[in-house]
Amino acid sequence: MSNFAIETVGLNYNFGNQTVVKDLLLQVPKGSIYGFLGPNGAGKTTTIKILLNLLQSPADQVFIFGKEINSNRIATLRRVGALVEQPAIYGHLTGKENLINRCILLGIKKSKADEMLALVGLSEAANKKSGKYSLGMKQRLGIALALISDPELLLLDEPTNGLDPNGIIEVRNLMIDLASKHNKTILVSSHLLAEIERTATHVGIINKGQLLFQGTINELHLLSKPMLEIEIDDIVNAAILIADSGYEIIEQTDRKIIVPFTSPEDSGILNTLLIKNGFTVSSLYKQRKDLENLFLDITKNN
Amino acid sequence: MRSLYISLVSEFYKSRKTLAFWAAILLPVVICSLVSFGFYANSDKILKMGYPGLLLWAHYSGATLNVMGMLIMPFYVIFMAFSVNNIEHKNDTWKTLFAQPLNKFSIYAAKYLYAVLLIFICLALFAALTYGLGHLLQASVPKYTFNEYNPSTILFNSYAKLFLSSLGILSLQFILSLVWGDFLKPMGIGFVGTIMGIVTASLNWQYAYLIPYSLPTLALRITKVKSGGDPLAFDIFTKEVYTSLIYAAVLFVIGYLIVSKKSIK
Repeated sequence: MSNFAIETVGLNYNFGNQTVVKDLLLQVPKGSIYGFLGPNGAGKTTTIKILLNLLQSPADQVFIFGKEINSNRIATLRRVGALVEQPAIYGHLTGKENLINRCILLGIKKSKADEMLALVGLSEAANKKSGKYSLGMKQRLGIALALISDPELLLLDEPTNGLDPNGIIEVRNLMIDLASKHNKTILVSSHLLAEIERTATHVGIINKGQLLFQGTINELHLLSKPMLEIEIDDIVNAAILIADSGYEIIEQTDRKIIVPFTSPEDSGILNTLLIKNGFTVSSLYKQRKDLENLFLDITKNN
Repeated sequence: MRSLYISLVSEFYKSRKTLAFWAAILLPVVICSLVSFGFYANSDKILKMGYPGLLLWAHYSGATLNVMGMLIMPFYVIFMAFSVNNIEHKNDTWKTLFAQPLNKFSIYAAKYLYAVLLIFICLALFAALTYGLGHLLQASVPKYTFNEYNPSTILFNSYAKLFLSSLGILSLQFILSLVWGDFLKPMGIGFVGTIMGIVTASLNWQYAYLIPYSLPTLALRITKVKSGGDPLAFDIFTKEVYTSLIYAAVLFVIGYLIVSKKSIK
């Protein structure tokens, strides 16, 4: 048995002549929260639609829980819950009726509907027409619809879209809860790294249909090397001294010089060196390039 | 079978608060009531004609059937085909519908069957209301001769023909509404088709029966002509009905092929 909830092998997908997904090798471990990151139009939604068999993938390229999707469509979909793009809700039905309709389709007890409404905090709006819901409420209802069948794998396409800060935190906590306590696997797409960073255990970064990075969140952190930022007077001469002393200057502005960080001791030595040579060091600190910039770098270079 | 059944139940659940569903009930109630009211209010004039039971029933049910068969029926069918599909287009719910663990044929067939069912309910109500209100008229205007003749066979045959001859339009419009999410294209084509159907049928063009839109009119025309003679003699399964059923079956299969290949964007 495969340890991956989702595995794609050299997945390609075209809309006409346009390649949307290119040679994608996605590996989502069971029980993980997999942050699927990429700028708008990178191919995230297309990939999710392929994982739901809404878009036909070539044979033997997509495996869900180790099973090929095209030949196991119904069995696979039974284990998957999804929220794709903006939630698909029947506007003329109330929130509760939307959930009951889903219960009918899935052949599960209608009492599940109330349970889900409570879970996403929509109990009070249960009997309001969902067409009149705010964007955030629709999003919550969409999440409730995805969760109602108690699926092992959840595919959430930008689930916090349109939610207020409180709502974002709630969804975040819900995801952590589902993965840690209920052993669900969650693939959550986003174009905001900061959002993924707090919840994801694994990250995949996609741009222009290609996977540029895939690994654990720590592996992503390791990619971003710490730097030492030195604020100093007489930048020009200081830079000459630093370079002559064998340090590599990464970046130099009119206020500060940035060199790679190696250890606290080395930072101290460099500081002493500068002061002994008559420079005034106003600050010297370790800076980790944040993931947001790293993400921009990764996607920019593609 | 089970997934077909749950899809069908879900179709009912989704649409039970929409106009599409209520039209199936309101349309026969309104039209039959209006006709009956006319027969009640103008009973003096009608009684002067001195119709025997059979002719009185023919006039009374014909008043409804002609309006229905000529104009309303094709548009009603077009509207049904549209609204069953539009509920998904409008809410952008095709993607969730096809992401459920149900086979695609069930989802498609349930939608189609639901439209067929609504048309059936509508026409069955027409027949039942014509029968019932006719007897109510008899009770309120005792001089009428409705009680001299039992119209159940002629009513059954006429509406059965109307029902079967409209299935061709349904299948065609169903595909149009499935493929296009907007209102204008299927409605526009349906409108032009219906006009063409009426024109070709009334011009007695020999190939009119090949146009699905003219079939209800053609099917009813034969009913009308023969009902002057022996009204019980006409067949349900005439050329028009067969043509309609063939159209329905072929287009139903084509519709499924479209659905099974369709990528949900």
